[in-house]
Amino acid sequence: MWKYLAKRLLQIPPVLFIVTIMIFVLVYIAGDPVATMLPADASPEEIAQFRHALGFDQPFYVQFGNYILDLFRGDFGESYQYGTSALGLVLERLPATLELATASMIIAILIAIPLGIISAVKPNTVIDFFATSFSVLGKAIPNFWLGIMLILVFSVTLKVLPVSGTGSYSHIVLPAITLGTAMSAEITRLVRSSMLEILHQDYIRTARSKGLKYSAVVIKHAFKNSLVPVITITFLQAAALVGGSLITEMIFAWPGLGQLIIQAVYAKDLPIIQAAVFVTASMIIFINILTDIMYRVLDPRIKFN
Amino acid sequence: MELNNQAELSPYPVESSRQKENMSKKFLVLLKKLLTSKTGVVGLLIVLTVCLMALLAPIIAPYDPNKIDTANMLKPPFWLVNGDLSHILGTDNLGRDILSRLIYGSRISIIVGILSVVVGGLIGVVFGLIAGYYGGIVDSIIMRLVDSFLAIPTTLFCIVFLTVLNPGLFTLIFVIGITNWVMYASLVRSETLSIKEREYVKAAKTIGVSNFNIIFRHILPNVFSSIIVISTLSIAGTIITESSLSFLGLGIQPPAISWGIMLSEGREHLATSWWLSTFPGVAISITVLGIIFLGEWLRDVLDPRSRGTKS
Repeated sequence: MWKYLAKRLLQIPPVLFIVTIMIFVLVYIAGDPVATMLPADASPEEIAQFRHALGFDQPFYVQFGNYILDLFRGDFGESYQYGTSALGLVLERLPATLELATASMIIAILIAIPLGIISAVKPNTVIDFFATSFSVLGKAIPNFWLGIMLILVFSVTLKVLPVSGTGSYSHIVLPAITLGTAMSAEITRLVRSSMLEILHQDYIRTARSKGLKYSAVVIKHAFKNSLVPVITITFLQAAALVGGSLITEMIFAWPGLGQLIIQAVYAKDLPIIQAAVFVTASMIIFINILTDIMYRVLDPRIKFN
Repeated sequence: MELNNQAELSPYPVESSRQKENMSKKFLVLLKKLLTSKTGVVGLLIVLTVCLMALLAPIIAPYDPNKIDTANMLKPPFWLVNGDLSHILGTDNLGRDILSRLIYGSRISIIVGILSVVVGGLIGVVFGLIAGYYGGIVDSIIMRLVDSFLAIPTTLFCIVFLTVLNPGLFTLIFVIGITNWVMYASLVRSETLSIKEREYVKAAKTIGVSNFNIIFRHILPNVFSSIIVISTLSIAGTIITESSLSFLGLGIQPPAISWGIMLSEGREHLATSWWLSTFPGVAISITVLGIIFLGEWLRDVLDPRSRGTKS
């Protein structure tokens, strides 16, 4: 196991390195932002001076070297919009995104697990049809549109929940439902299929023939064993959530990382974008490795190799 | 049907094998199977309808989709008060006919959906074949590249690249395509790994067939049905990505019409005119649903062993 762990951990640096190269290439194609940063009437000398100060007059490899050196110091430069450390701004927004992600995951699990279990226990019934439709629709309906429709129904028409922003618990409800439903669609499907599979196993029949109550068999014997793939997919979905929350945050004006990124995109604020991509990628790599290891720890049939 | 073996609990693609079959016989079998699957038929009908809509847009659209009509601004759909049959689904804030715009909008979805899958598929299949066939250091490099792409969420990747590139149809297709390649690469790699161990590949190698020929004439055809399945299913994802990017103003630029643009324009009138932002979303959902139905049916037919576990 330790060998496997070491091998997985050793894969992190090259992956992060490629990610940083990708970010650098991106900034390089963007060209230097000096022209957009100075007032339109700046003189050529002023522009040249400014370019020199920011290092944009250096050749490609010098720029790349400086970029990597700065990276090791955790320095992505200063935001063009705010004039403060880009990484600082990104980390400042992270808690709000994590809060929303946690709320969505709770909603997703609360919907998916009961729905998945019931539809597996009673296949080909109305509730199974409902669960299957739910999981297909969850994939087909674009997330951002679901968000708009929820605003239309609950905020504009029924006026029971705020349209956007933060401040009270009611503000998190709509964005969390928006993200949570998409996630639960996938999890419901997996709970259902892995429960169906397990309910056909011999040990379930044995437990039943011993005279155990069906509900006890379903929960204690079947559900517990279906948890491995479910936990895995939930974690992978959590990683996807980091990216998926971009537009949802924008629609609901949720002050998280997603909103910061979208605003940075409109303002062409490259340092923030670089820092945000780096932080997001690091988080996803971490979650993926954690998932991978957990998957193997939880299911001893899978060997570490 | 759901009695899969334990190994298939893994969320990773299942390696599978298929034999070459007589093509025409296969087609007949496919057709027969299609008629037995309700969702397959529904999916095919939806996809055909959307494709026809895209092709015949100038003929079937009742109005010029960009014609501004200040006398008929924000008209509701015909079943509401003030609505009438001249604009079945109503008009937008500039008096443009929603139905006509929806019909024209299908073009962008279909074009971007298909072409970006082609771009991603071509890159991914080639890299997957190379990684799986040669293994070793080449494989390691390609797989680390795959990991790096997987570490950046699709939407984030597209948004970031569209910030620095000039937005437009081809940029969009290219950027969405690029985010897609990893999926094909991992799938094709894992299938190649198992196929290259088969007797006929070993035999071909022994008699001196070149690597190029082995890869493209012996391995690729055997991976093909998996590629078809995953391509179909991923068109659904690319259509959603396209509409979200256009919604953000980073994808297709007006006056071109995309369902995503319609949604973002409609959002400003959400409080007064719900139909502006409702219908384009319905159009996206139905189209994507049709593609998912068609793709899942194809998967059941071409790769029956992965039923219900792959997603």
